[in-house]
Amino acid sequence: MSGDAAIDLGPVAPAIAAEFPDLQVLSCEVPAPAARSTDPGTRERLELMASRMRGGRAVELRREPVPAAYRVFFRHIGIDPDSARTPVEAAALARLVEGGHRSRGPLADALLLALLDTAVPVNAFDAEAVGGPVGLRGAAAGERLGEARALRSGQLVLADEQRPLAELFGELDPAAMPDRHSSRLRLVAVRIPGVPPIHAEEALWTCQESLAAGLAE
Amino acid sequence: MTLLDAPTRETAAEARATEVDEAAARRLLRAQIGRLEHRLSCAVVDSMPDGGIETAVPALRGPRVLGLGELERLRDALAMRVADARALLEERARHREDARLRLERMLLDPGHHRHVRISRRELGEGGCGVWHVKPRVGLVGRLMGWWHVKLSSGCPLAT
Repeated sequence: MSGDAAIDLGPVAPAIAAEFPDLQVLSCEVPAPAARSTDPGTRERLELMASRMRGGRAVELRREPVPAAYRVFFRHIGIDPDSARTPVEAAALARLVEGGHRSRGPLADALLLALLDTAVPVNAFDAEAVGGPVGLRGAAAGERLGEARALRSGQLVLADEQRPLAELFGELDPAAMPDRHSSRLRLVAVRIPGVPPIHAEEALWTCQESLAAGLAE
Repeated sequence: MTLLDAPTRETAAEARATEVDEAAARRLLRAQIGRLEHRLSCAVVDSMPDGGIETAVPALRGPRVLGLGELERLRDALAMRVADARALLEERARHREDARLRLERMLLDPGHHRHVRISRRELGEGGCGVWHVKPRVGLVGRLMGWWHVKLSSGCPLAT
């Protein structure tokens, strides 16, 4: 796809790569959305997806290939997917509870669109708060996520060259989260075993497209 | 004593072999966990709309790379959940089969099944209808022994 930001592959710690050879961290840098509201195209697509997500589909989701791969991977890394839901199942449940996908701003909506479209979660960081390529590693003993949150030794984290940026499938370091002063974003998707590479790339492209549409408005 | 403690080529090779064996065992366990998770998910979907499948397993404080023992415990816990789920689904299937047989008998000979009710839910069907053996034309049918099977319509209106 022409005009798309280049996708970089981040480092995966050797001990983790040895256990999960298909694990990849993909990321790209894009301009932050300037508008306060989501572009109509993204809103329309979210509404369409909400109309397709009924109770039966939400239950069936766990048997679809990509959401099922996330459930299996959650088990493999010690997360119970029925206690801490996989991102796409959490989004489906939120849709059922709220009766639709409530707009939460251009960035949150772009991330949600990418998630619902591909079942691959995308994280967004303030590009200026990220130092070097974003990769995956185990937290060192005594390491913290931001100032408040202590990490357990070996806990899987997305990290740049200096520090952890987020727990894998969990919380982000508040200092690395984008805010209205952010001018550029680093979008990060983790490709897990059982998910074809195109899905993770598509998630980043979908997110980029939605954000770019907001910029063009 | 010093001789025994000193690493030799043989002990280093043994350690490497153990490492390789353990990595292979972890891969095998992960594959088993993947299959069990798939079966459990299928059981959850198949159990709807009644649900009731227990899926929780002991927490492992993830996300992190699990060791061999933890993977084994997880595999065993999932295997137990799958076995429980299968037993529950089989029991439900037996109840549904019984209900179908009773319905067939009701339809063949309503007079011998007076006032018997079987809900569509018992039959494993959607909706709120109930198969009910009733007398035709009320009291006259009751006195004359004219019985038939009626399917009540739909779910009660929400109040």
